[in-house]
Amino acid sequence: MAETPLSRAEPPPASTIGAFGWLHRNLFSSPFNIALTVLASYLLYLTIPPLLHWALLDATWSGDSREACQANGGACWVFIRVNFEQFMYGFYPEAQRWRVNTALLLLILGAAPLFVRAMPNKLKVRWGLGLLLIYPLVAFVLFKGGLFGLRIVDTSRWGGLLLTLIIAGVGMTAALPLGVLLALGRRSQMPAIQALCTIFIELWRGVPLITVLFMSSVMLPLFLPAGVNFDKLLRALIGVTLFQSAYMAEVVRGGLQAIPKGQFEAAAALGLGYWKTMALIVLPQALKLVIPGIVNTFIALFKDTSLVLIIGLFDLMNIVHNATTNPAWLGFSTEGYAFAAAVYWLFCFSMSRYSQNLEKRLYTGHKR
Amino acid sequence: MLVSALGIVFATLLGFIVGIARLSKNWLVAKLALVYIETFRNIPLLLQIFFWYFAVLRAAPSPRQSLSLGEVAFLNIRGLYLPAPQFQPGFGWVLAAFGLALVLIAILVHWSRRRQAKTGQPFPTLSASLALLLGLPLATFWLAGSPLVWQVPELRGFNFQGGLVIIPEMASLLLALSIYTAAFIAEIVRAGIQAVSHGQTEASFSLGLNSSLTLRLIILPQALRVIIPPLTNQYLNLIKNSSLAAAIGYPDLVAAFAGTVLNQTGQAIECIAITMAVYLTISLLISLLMNWYNRRVALVER
Repeated sequence: MAETPLSRAEPPPASTIGAFGWLHRNLFSSPFNIALTVLASYLLYLTIPPLLHWALLDATWSGDSREACQANGGACWVFIRVNFEQFMYGFYPEAQRWRVNTALLLLILGAAPLFVRAMPNKLKVRWGLGLLLIYPLVAFVLFKGGLFGLRIVDTSRWGGLLLTLIIAGVGMTAALPLGVLLALGRRSQMPAIQALCTIFIELWRGVPLITVLFMSSVMLPLFLPAGVNFDKLLRALIGVTLFQSAYMAEVVRGGLQAIPKGQFEAAAALGLGYWKTMALIVLPQALKLVIPGIVNTFIALFKDTSLVLIIGLFDLMNIVHNATTNPAWLGFSTEGYAFAAAVYWLFCFSMSRYSQNLEKRLYTGHKR
Repeated sequence: MLVSALGIVFATLLGFIVGIARLSKNWLVAKLALVYIETFRNIPLLLQIFFWYFAVLRAAPSPRQSLSLGEVAFLNIRGLYLPAPQFQPGFGWVLAAFGLALVLIAILVHWSRRRQAKTGQPFPTLSASLALLLGLPLATFWLAGSPLVWQVPELRGFNFQGGLVIIPEMASLLLALSIYTAAFIAEIVRAGIQAVSHGQTEASFSLGLNSSLTLRLIILPQALRVIIPPLTNQYLNLIKNSSLAAAIGYPDLVAAFAGTVLNQTGQAIECIAITMAVYLTISLLISLLMNWYNRRVALVER
């Protein structure tokens, strides 16, 4: 039998490979897509060049007064540079700002071991819990002073990004455990506890945060005996924490409901009591399932810290707003808000990226 | 409350468009939608409201140097001035024609369903009803002698007179609320569409349905089931967020109760309690309504 020679393999058509193929597939695959691409490019053409000119090319970077900005048409970043310290620390006395920096450094040093992959998990949990208990005390003493010869700095002088981070940090660390307890309460077999938790959660979820903040700054003092006076920051913290814990409870409840009944039964068969079942079997699985939801709530909380402006606390948002109304720097509100937006964006975006990373790392199922 | 209602409409429209764009096969469009979502989702709403209010609309020119859009709409520091429709006698007929069209469409849908069940012949209901909905009122409008005049705002003295005014407080609130919530709705829509397994699309193609029918009859009904509950959440969030109007001095519910009434009566606790009660009632009402709708579209299992 005569063997027919194999025909030579042809290279794939030019329109399906390389950069040209990519363009064809992703941008120009059909008339409708071509129209969309042209429209989108036009949109980009309209927005990007003016934005670049304003923010980078025509912007003023050096100088220390508004006169420096008159020459160029673009953004005046001098405004941010001059006020930068205030945006970060608020009205914290300048001579004492090293205390804030020390606290931040301590936090970074303290939290660093948690991100070391090689460290065993058990040790990590212990270290983390210890940090959670000790660090707030250390930070509080550092910020407020009064001990070890540190000068007292009243909470009304705390401000800027510092205050935003304090509110967010306290809110997050307090709202998560409280939310877990509330979620457990809502799923409890005991009718009284269940009803109480349900009412608490629905009540807090149904009202806007700013009325909660109003309440905590106007009403809470009325319920307290005369003479007891707590400061505005603490009241705001309580309001934010309770509000977010209700949301957290619903997120955690979603996770609890997703745990199959077999897990509870297996735990009971092993002779574990309620708390041990929850702490060792159910919650680790449930919390892992709802990491995206928890981080969502954290991000919402971080953004909601800007609302304390309403009750007159000087967080990052309020301090930037205040700086834009400074008569010496009128007319630079766009720059100010752009800077604040960039800071908030950076924090929220990195939180969401970290959660995606965590989710991937904790994934134990089978990937297709 | 007007802001909440308008905001819900705009945010839903924008959110669905961006959500679908995020899934587009067109790389550029998908990336643009991604950038939109990631930008606006991660910036506090209050900051966005302040930005639109103080940095954009407060920086608008004075009435005499208003930006004009084709000499009919004007933007200045006191707000956006739009031409206002003025109804002349005879406009009632147009409304009546509109009502009649709605009734006819209901009958048409009923009839076409029965015909399809009996003979299997589909009827182009959508295009026919659109034609009815637009055609009938337009024809009446023309027959009745165009009983509608647009009152264009004009500069008289120091300000514009006539026309429809959207004050800057409302404009910035509406812009910020819609843009912010739309970013969230877009993600919900994307998740909902992705939740419908690809096998459904393939099965529908193999049954011989074309892509628009597949989208309408197979994918959307299943995606909506996933979309509805989180969408409700976003609506509730939007309504609660509209209370941020207090920060820029738009006379919303909070300002009306906690500002005006509180000033007049001095009963702080009662006023704040009433405000909270009103919000709670609205929230619960909407969640009841959406739960009812959700139960209707939910998957009924054994």
